[in-house]
Amino acid sequence: MGSVTATVAPPTDSNVIPRFRTFWAISRSGFRRYATYRQAAVAGVVTNSVFGFLKCYVLLAVAGTAGAAAGYDRAQIATFVWAGQGLLAVILLWGWTDLADRIRTGDVATDLLRPVDPVTSYLATDLGRAGYAALARMLPPVLVGPLFFDVHLPTRWATLPLFLTSAVLAVVLCFACRFLVNATAYWLQDVRGPMILWTLGSGVLAGLYFPLRFLPEGVQWTLWLGTPFPSLLQTPLDVLVERDPTPTQVGLVALQAGWAVLLLAGCRWVQRRAERRLVVQGG
Amino acid sequence: MSLVIDAQGLRKEFTVRVKAGRLRRRKRVVTAVDGVDLRVDRGEMLGYIGPNGAGKSTTLKMLTGVLTPSAGEVRVCGLRPVAERTRLALGVGVVFGQRSQLWWDLPLRDSFDLLRHVYRVPADAHAARLRRCRGLLDLDGFLDTPVRQLSLGQRMRGELTAALLHGPQVLFLDEPTIGLDVVSKQAVRDFLAELGRAGDTTLVLTTHDLADIERLCRRLVVIDHGRVVHDGTIADLHGRYGSRRLVVAELDAPLATPPVLPGAPLARVETDGRRLVYALESAGVAQVVSGLAGLATLRDISVVEPDIEEVVARLYRAAVPVR
Repeated sequence: MGSVTATVAPPTDSNVIPRFRTFWAISRSGFRRYATYRQAAVAGVVTNSVFGFLKCYVLLAVAGTAGAAAGYDRAQIATFVWAGQGLLAVILLWGWTDLADRIRTGDVATDLLRPVDPVTSYLATDLGRAGYAALARMLPPVLVGPLFFDVHLPTRWATLPLFLTSAVLAVVLCFACRFLVNATAYWLQDVRGPMILWTLGSGVLAGLYFPLRFLPEGVQWTLWLGTPFPSLLQTPLDVLVERDPTPTQVGLVALQAGWAVLLLAGCRWVQRRAERRLVVQGG
Repeated sequence: MSLVIDAQGLRKEFTVRVKAGRLRRRKRVVTAVDGVDLRVDRGEMLGYIGPNGAGKSTTLKMLTGVLTPSAGEVRVCGLRPVAERTRLALGVGVVFGQRSQLWWDLPLRDSFDLLRHVYRVPADAHAARLRRCRGLLDLDGFLDTPVRQLSLGQRMRGELTAALLHGPQVLFLDEPTIGLDVVSKQAVRDFLAELGRAGDTTLVLTTHDLADIERLCRRLVVIDHGRVVHDGTIADLHGRYGSRRLVVAELDAPLATPPVLPGAPLARVETDGRRLVYALESAGVAQVVSGLAGLATLRDISVVEPDIEEVVARLYRAAVPVR
């Protein structure tokens, strides 16, 4: 039994490589955890695809005989919709209440007993989840769309790497937003109010219901610079459909990165504040 | 002996809002832990008990850095739990009977593998610890089962393993046998006893099941209303409350007057005088038996050990702080 217990102090080094390995291991486990729910993935794909048809027909009707709307041609609109229906599940705009549930039940205590910062740990898990969603939830709508509609395929070499970067940043940013919404449970216990606000706000302002380019230019600027919402969905989709010249796209992705850094720092700050006043529910 | 836990004047207050009118709320301060002093040496097995709401779990959460104390000084493994929580996490293991530290959707084996990376344990040390836990806790039958499908007993064995895989210096156990059947309870107790025998893991056990304490802990700290009301051995507790071993004599026929035996006062007379119960003070069992043998025909004799539940219940009811 002797070797079950510690005879030497555990490693406390702060090397980057072991930290990265830990992060990678947590991400892998996030992938595996979400991969266990296959029926949920199928149900999600069917729902997203049905709404994909609805949105696509409505927006193509808006484009009408002119063949374009808000700077998108018909093929770009189809790509925007179908890629958007897939990306929605990858960034997981809605439906994540893991942290809030753990705060409400007091299980968050076990998160704090691990030698990894909770924000880092939740982020790593979420990236793993997003990896699984990219395969199981994004790929099917992206393949279904072109069977029924003419789609826009990237013509510039920079588009694909820029889109991948933008999609990863969108995942990180969306995670940070969801974490902050969930973290209100530290103060409120019940997260339903903030969650409803988030669901309403994010759907409209991220460009899910309609491309934000339909709005007046002044409103667009305000939304992009003043809120993180367009960086969640609108930016990666605009990058994919090549809505703007490459330098503008790079600028938009840089703005996304800025928001991601800012909100992740916000998550760390909120988590620290919360830990100081934490009341763990239950015995 | 080196000090592993050193808490002085540990205190935790919560502010609750109580209704004081149709719309008004009044703030009320509730003291969950009220100046607890606790010093625990390396390898010690400590039972930390108290009635519901006494402050046991709150103390444990302060010792592990989950809750910030309102006042007091505390060091665990030489570290300040809140300020150095992530470093401290490498040196402590925690098992909550009512919470899980395992990943609901993953098989036990994957959870253990993930913990190896989270705690950055060298692969060989991890494998050796897991091998021993598998042997002692009989894990092999359900290592590949997702945690959500495990029975409570199986999950608790998984939880114990998970808490030990990084080789902690201190293991905090918060009601580890709650809800377990007799066999699982025994398995957990045997495992903890084995762990205690090795002598290098400090064990702090919080429970309502006093059999856990009797089986595992020499030292018992009782807390009530956030204050320590007893800190000593179980024998000390019996001594303090005058609990004695009892000799129960079953007689063939009742005696007119129950005999008075020196050093063993009569505690009670039952079943119409056919059962006499003597409390052992200075006298031994043999003296009671020989004292009765000449006066009555004995049918049966039994010795009843002092009941810790009774003593602790008296302690909870009295709840006079020892300061």
